[in-house]
Amino acid sequence: MPDALLETKGLHRFFGGLHAVNDVSITVPRGTIKGVIGPNGAGKTTLFNLIAGTIQPHNGEVFFRDKKITALKPHAVASRGIARTFQTTKLFSHMTVLENVMMGRHSRTRCGFISGMLNLPCTWREDKQTTEIALSILKDLGLTEYASETACNLPFGRQRLVEFARALAMEPQLLLLDEPAAGLNIYETKELAKLILWIRDRGVTCLVVEHDMSLVMAICDDVVVLDQGRKITEGPPRTVQRNPEVIRIYLGDSDA
Amino acid sequence: MTHFRRYIPIIAVAVGVIILQVVLSGTRSTYYMTQLTMSAYYALVVIGLCLLMGYAGQVSLGHAGFFAIGGYTVAVLTTFNLIVYRDTPLISLCRSLGLVVQRQDIYGADILAFSPWPAFVVAILLTIVIAFMIGLPVIRLKGHYMAMATLGFGLIIYRIVLGGSIFGQADGTSNVPPFRIIDGLEVNGRTAFRIESYYIAWFVVLAAMTLAINLVHSRVGRALRSIHENEEAAHSLGVNTYRYKLLVFVVSAIFAAVGGILLTHYNGSIGPSEVTVMKSVRYLVIVAVGGMANLWGALFMGVLLNFLSLRGVFGSYDDAVFAIILIAIMLFSPQGLLRLPRFRKVTSLPGRANA
Amino acid sequence: MDLPQVVQYCFAGVTVGSIYAIVAIGFNIIYNTTGIINFAQGEFLIVGAMLAISFNHFVPLPVAIFLAVVVTTIIGGLVEIVFIRQVRNASVLRLIVITIGISILMREAMLHIWDEKVRSLPYFTGTGVSTVTILGAHISPQVLWVLGVSAIIVMGLTPFFRFTLTGRAMRGCADDRMAARLCGINDRWMVTLSFMLSAGIGALAGCVISPVTQTQYDMGAPLAIKGFTVAILGGLGNSMAAVAAGLMLGLVEAFTMSQFDVAYKEAVSIVILLLILVFRPSGLFGKSEIAAMRAL
Repeated sequence: MPDALLETKGLHRFFGGLHAVNDVSITVPRGTIKGVIGPNGAGKTTLFNLIAGTIQPHNGEVFFRDKKITALKPHAVASRGIARTFQTTKLFSHMTVLENVMMGRHSRTRCGFISGMLNLPCTWREDKQTTEIALSILKDLGLTEYASETACNLPFGRQRLVEFARALAMEPQLLLLDEPAAGLNIYETKELAKLILWIRDRGVTCLVVEHDMSLVMAICDDVVVLDQGRKITEGPPRTVQRNPEVIRIYLGDSDA
Repeated sequence: MTHFRRYIPIIAVAVGVIILQVVLSGTRSTYYMTQLTMSAYYALVVIGLCLLMGYAGQVSLGHAGFFAIGGYTVAVLTTFNLIVYRDTPLISLCRSLGLVVQRQDIYGADILAFSPWPAFVVAILLTIVIAFMIGLPVIRLKGHYMAMATLGFGLIIYRIVLGGSIFGQADGTSNVPPFRIIDGLEVNGRTAFRIESYYIAWFVVLAAMTLAINLVHSRVGRALRSIHENEEAAHSLGVNTYRYKLLVFVVSAIFAAVGGILLTHYNGSIGPSEVTVMKSVRYLVIVAVGGMANLWGALFMGVLLNFLSLRGVFGSYDDAVFAIILIAIMLFSPQGLLRLPRFRKVTSLPGRANA
Repeated sequence: MDLPQVVQYCFAGVTVGSIYAIVAIGFNIIYNTTGIINFAQGEFLIVGAMLAISFNHFVPLPVAIFLAVVVTTIIGGLVEIVFIRQVRNASVLRLIVITIGISILMREAMLHIWDEKVRSLPYFTGTGVSTVTILGAHISPQVLWVLGVSAIIVMGLTPFFRFTLTGRAMRGCADDRMAARLCGINDRWMVTLSFMLSAGIGALAGCVISPVTQTQYDMGAPLAIKGFTVAILGGLGNSMAAVAAGLMLGLVEAFTMSQFDVAYKEAVSIVILLLILVFRPSGLFGKSEIAAMRAL
């Protein structure tokens, strides 16, 4: 597909005898929000880890902007423009919120050891810019008041937001969201939906693993269903929701 | 300017150093300066180790090894008599370049050996090479394994200097000449130079602290802290964790080597006792007590504990004291002594380096 | 080298190697139950030997050894209760550092209690010059004692861990402490027990090797390092492999000594340690895909 931002072709991954990801090929068109759903153990997070470079596939390829990124390590994948959030929030607990978001700028900045140690003027400019961008993102997400707060002191929902802010600071082209609604209540989930749509409108393509159907329905243009490592079906949320196969894997057989 | 606020503690310490010197000279107790000078050089190792352990979160049980690589290299190069090779082309070339000089040793015999500056450069280069060689495989290892690997490294260096005749085996190498930095400025252990050496040592320490503090406040420092906090997240943000850990390892090795070089010139000698496991453990204790990620704490504790130890305050229980301190800190206050709530006010001024 | 010489070196290697294996097993027991690497492992051997030497002034040798083993076992338990148990938020770094501190403390305590003189237990049977002839080589009977005691320790531990309730409980703790606790296993006690057991077999090993290698207050650390090397060589946690690895290291050392300078003997084990850590941290007999060994 010409406007496919991310494409996976025939990904396979084993863990011992478990075929965690079995011949999964998906395409994520630019500027859309794609959902990945499926029961627990379907291989969703493994798929994410394969894309992000945390683990290597045993077979298959991953393409980003038409270039192969299959064998890249996570930091290389990140510098290509793919950001991710985690199932359990992985903030830098003892750093401030501002510092956390500033860390998001790491892949977009360059000053290294020598210029750092010598406190050269080029670092002043870079750091100033980093701080400004970080502050503006915090403002967009309504987190300005927490900027100098230590990250672990924030309430859970806010911590999630900070992780978002950090990922956005990377100016990614693709954002991988791993169960962003986990642990959020109905109100917070609605706010999250608005946030993800806003992110999409800023030009960031999103791939979202999620269990919360209301969120999936609200924001996804397209949904992929995985079960036991395999791709079962794919399509607009309403269509997938009505697919008898999908109903079966979630709710079980009616003649059981 | 906000960029320079971080230097206030450095200036404060510099002022303190000057005041101390004046006081000691005034009360005719300048002999304390010897231990203060030596403590300062040991503190260099500690500063580097603090960066490695506190900020990058890696453990090294063999840092005394880098101290020794620095010290022994300059010791051997500046004392190995090349006079028999005087007229060979290579040595003649070195002589004409001023790398090798002829001087008289303490017995009045003629010695042809490398002069301190070239020896310094060689020692630093050697340290960098070895640090990379050791770091490349070892940084990859987790916790226990890295500890053991660095311990093994330290032990190998110990065995080499203890067993190699060129290093003087158990007696070490002595008659190391002073280090003439520029004309009129020397690292020299003799009494006449006491005050001069004291200032040189503290200047070097404060320069090292400046570099360390700069690093911690910089983009790289943030990245190091992020690695320490959550390596996986840092990795996913584009931080090449392996490369950073390796570079910090090498930087900390260089700090240690510089300490070793200067102390060797100051003492005029170096021996295998500088490379024992206990020495490496001491450095670790000091960093732990000072607060793993607290540069000033590490410096303060480094000078304090080394000073007390050098003055013999702990007597034959020297090692035991360090061990007890270590265990106590690990059990009761793993963030280090200077981070206990009671002490927080004291340290919030020169405190922990934060953005 | 002719046959008697080869046999001589083999016995020398196997003797010291089996001691390394015992130290490694001590590491493994504690590691298997708790995940901790106890840097103070070597000290248990020396403490045991020193105690036996002192007790031997008052009571006959077998009683002295028995008492020494008992006391050392208790010391092992105390070490765990006083120090290790107190550590709440056990990060790897903290535990490493604490056991290092403990090992130094024990060494310093031994220095101040027994001073730095070299001592040894008397030979169990015969004297320093009695020999037994095997395949033309003259072996001290003490060597046979070392091999015998080591074999008994290894053969005793295997059924203990496999068949007894306590042994299985300890293995359960290693696999999943929370699950073990939920099964009603007193995991804290298992941890203490693991330290006690390691200390006990260490003391026994220390006693039996004392006439051959002498005993000095600071011999603990080098033993610990070699024991650790052997444990890693065989795969951390795998005690049968540790035995094989120990014998291998002992033989390598012995034959190195026969060909090169004695100083290189020490270097051999360190080099092996570094090589193994770098190239195959899961050990010669371990699976190479143990992801837990490596960080990112």
